[in-house]
Amino acid sequence: MDKNYLNIIRSSKPAQFGILLIVFLLLYNLVPNNEGNYFWRLPSLLGFIPIKINEYIYAALYEWFPLKVWDPIFEMYEEKAAFREFTKSISKGLLFLITFVRELLLGGDKIIDVFVSDAWLKDNDWMTWPALPWTAATVGAFLLGFQLGGIRLALLGGIGSLYVSIFGNWVPSIQTLSFVLITTPICFVLGLSFGIWGYLDRKVETTLQPVLNVMQTMPQFAYLVPIIALFGLGDQAGSIATIVIATPPMIRNTILGLKRISPEVVEAGLMSGCTKTQLLFKVLIPTARRDILNGVNTVIMQCLAMVVIASFVGAKGLGLNLKIALNSLKIGKAAEAGFCIVLIAVILDRFTKAWANKQVDYFENLTFFQRYKLLIIFGTSILIFSIIAFIANGYFDKINYLYVIPIEKGFTFAHYIDAAVDWVWETFFYSLNSFNKFLLTEVLGPMKKAYLGMPVVATLTLTMGVAYIIGGIRTSLLVGGMMLFIAMSKYWDRALITMYMATFAVIVASLNGIIVGSIFSQTERGSKIILTVCDFFETFPSFVYLIPVIFLFNITDTSVLIAAIVYATVPATRYTVWGLNSVPLSLHEAGTMSGVSRIQRWTNIEIPIAFPTIMLGVNQTVVFTLQMVILGALIGTEDLGQLIFGALSRAKDGPGVAITLGLFVSLMAISVDVIVRKWAEERKKALGLA
Amino acid sequence: MSPTISCSSVYKIFGNNAQTLLSESGGNVDAKKFQEAGCIVGVNNASFDVNQGEMLVVMGLSGSGKSTLLRCISRLTDATSGKILIDGEDICLMNNKQLIELRREKMGMVFQNFALLPHKTVLENIAFPLQVKGVTTENSIHKALEMVELVGLKGRENYFPRELSGGQQQRVGIARSLAVEPDIWFLDEPFSALDPLIRKEMQDEFLRLQSVLNKTIMFVTHDFDEALRLADKIAIMKDGIIEQLDKPDNIVLNPATDYVRKFTKDVPREKVLKIESIMDASDPNAFGEIAVKKDDIIESVAEKILNSKEIIKVVDEKNSVVGSINPSKVIKVLFGG
Repeated sequence: MDKNYLNIIRSSKPAQFGILLIVFLLLYNLVPNNEGNYFWRLPSLLGFIPIKINEYIYAALYEWFPLKVWDPIFEMYEEKAAFREFTKSISKGLLFLITFVRELLLGGDKIIDVFVSDAWLKDNDWMTWPALPWTAATVGAFLLGFQLGGIRLALLGGIGSLYVSIFGNWVPSIQTLSFVLITTPICFVLGLSFGIWGYLDRKVETTLQPVLNVMQTMPQFAYLVPIIALFGLGDQAGSIATIVIATPPMIRNTILGLKRISPEVVEAGLMSGCTKTQLLFKVLIPTARRDILNGVNTVIMQCLAMVVIASFVGAKGLGLNLKIALNSLKIGKAAEAGFCIVLIAVILDRFTKAWANKQVDYFENLTFFQRYKLLIIFGTSILIFSIIAFIANGYFDKINYLYVIPIEKGFTFAHYIDAAVDWVWETFFYSLNSFNKFLLTEVLGPMKKAYLGMPVVATLTLTMGVAYIIGGIRTSLLVGGMMLFIAMSKYWDRALITMYMATFAVIVASLNGIIVGSIFSQTERGSKIILTVCDFFETFPSFVYLIPVIFLFNITDTSVLIAAIVYATVPATRYTVWGLNSVPLSLHEAGTMSGVSRIQRWTNIEIPIAFPTIMLGVNQTVVFTLQMVILGALIGTEDLGQLIFGALSRAKDGPGVAITLGLFVSLMAISVDVIVRKWAEERKKALGLA
Repeated sequence: MSPTISCSSVYKIFGNNAQTLLSESGGNVDAKKFQEAGCIVGVNNASFDVNQGEMLVVMGLSGSGKSTLLRCISRLTDATSGKILIDGEDICLMNNKQLIELRREKMGMVFQNFALLPHKTVLENIAFPLQVKGVTTENSIHKALEMVELVGLKGRENYFPRELSGGQQQRVGIARSLAVEPDIWFLDEPFSALDPLIRKEMQDEFLRLQSVLNKTIMFVTHDFDEALRLADKIAIMKDGIIEQLDKPDNIVLNPATDYVRKFTKDVPREKVLKIESIMDASDPNAFGEIAVKKDDIIESVAEKILNSKEIIKVVDEKNSVVGSINPSKVIKVLFGG
């Protein structure tokens, strides 16, 4: 009899989960809640980690490899750490590039200053690069769009830049654009190089994978403090933060794309007599270009998603404006800046895609004028508009509107938005407020309390147990190790709050995604529509989601959670549609011929088959949710994010704290990822889909 | 004249310690034992020659090692051991530079799934081997246009591979492999991914091209009928071993092993065999007006032979009598017994 039970438990996963749950509940209720009890909370044995990290960073900056450096002002050699000189030159180089593009479009004398002496420049104040009038820039955007993708892109570019200009966002938009134009190519080159290296060398790839996992799941905020310490405040720091965040997806896409090339194509290249270099640049990279371009696209989107966060370390532009507007609760102004960011994102997205798909015509036989027609028109229009704008200097007394329309003078729809928000606020105040209150007191409050009341031994048992049942002993130890690492720091309580918020948001977002995805994927057109909507929402920088919710729900956990839910519903929906669409047609037909109803087909055929894919979407949801929950610290929550955010103002031990906390968030995401991936793999294998 | 391709004792064994296992076995490879040791035998002791202008078809089912053999000879994979001479030079000893040189000048290859570069048009795909060689854009495009015409794709020069049907894509693959005017032409199951009707059409096209170009060819297929239709010589492979290498009619008439017999059993002989293979020595009684050529396929002349009541002369290309044929023999081939 005993043996029988053991066998049942061994072979039945539900039974195993049941036992795990019972053990968990027993531990939850039996372990006494008092400090000093190691079953309740572990001692913070790892409290030294942030301090150590800090020590290393500062040692690297000020002590390692002292070099004799000639100081031209004091005319003597000075001892300086090599690493600091290195980071300094990177900062200077980046800043130079960004300023260069910026001044090329906005005018100024900073770049000229680099090449001549200050005194000379003061004496010759005519020596300044003229600004590009926005009128000419609009013509330029129109023509570029036309060249790349005909009239549709021309209109997108033209109207887009016209909008940006006359609504007074020209200067910050160009600041943002210059930031993106410098950062994107750097991410591209870095990502492509590492991707190729990883493709060519298996060892490199296996080392890269975990690093990329951590990098992609670290909250963006965690990078900011160390970056300030290393590279100082300014546009360059923002750019470096963006590079750190936007390069990993580029690397991943490159490796993925290269791996997907059929071996025959590689052989065809070899048999055509390619050298190694030719094979790489003429066969491999172009063949994988779709995935590589997806990577570029992601990079651009990440860059724009980062502009607000980059403004925390001194990047100028739309992000800074949005942040300032948000800080003073000017929703209309914030929405305007946010709209400009989205607009630039959309334009860059479409333009790069069109550029990538352009083809050469060998039979073209054009005259010089025909070939460079658009360029000539552009040049002429710059000349004409510049002259007009210059002449207009006499007409306008203070501000020359033909160069730049400043933000105070531009059109604005901010007050309409403000009015609309006010109206919503006044009309729905009571219902919103009571909903908010209900959620906080009846759902979120108790849930938070339950999480905080969990003895550490119960948490570890639960996570390791789940990992064991799904993935076996190795997965269990891996997940357990990661959790233990967090539990042995002094931040465990904060981590629990982060977990509670993430759990809530993930559950709601996943349900939303599965329901919405299932409804729309019933027809082919529905799938197309919903995927386009997902694309559209994904172009929004994560920050934009916070704008409306803050206003509607004040600064509470509710706001952050709603933003997180909306943000994370996108991947859940997308993967649900993918999963359901991948159900083979023959199975649909078999189901129909067996006489299933629509609901039966959904529950008995579609969902089981699509479920592994849907779970991968849930996986994404976890990452998205954590990012947003941490971002929520900006508007004030009390989880790990708040501490990371707080580290920004703590120069002394900030970098270490930020990195450690960021790592914790990343470890939580990776723990979930490890378990879900393992499960999805097994499921797919069982279903014969792998 | 020495053969264009000459292989002797070629082995290809996949696995970590293939080299040591092979030298321990002394060339006597037992696939089962190797599998237990974690190695998979791809090619097992292959030796053969292919002469200038000759077409060798390597036939075998999937996993028989036929594609591996082809890849050893083009050195897309390195053979574990053995000698592979191309025009007298051992390709296994060549360094990378010599190998690239050889492929640029002497070799062309067609692939089962076409392996066209998706980002290039028909024209650019065909010009690709020339361009990597360093031929100017103008010259390579000019040459590519010639090839487009040769394979009958005129008017589709600027299409992308994705806009073409399978048959058309393979025409591009063929044109690309011929663009550098190679001496040796490798074809790896070129028609297997095509529909039966298109396959037949492409086989005809291939025979037409070969009659014009007269290349040295190694053609890999899993389709026995295709092999019979195209080959000068057929090599039948099983588990990495060449079971029989012979002319098509000899394979049909005298299968060397039971495995080969399985393939030949259902082959309609009259469609494969030539008169030569069933003719008798020159018979003095055969002095009728009618004559058949020794290279005629039996089916194509059967009616002619059966309609005449006499023994018929068999002549060669120069119209001199080389033998005779008795209608009863044709009846035997047609109806068995």
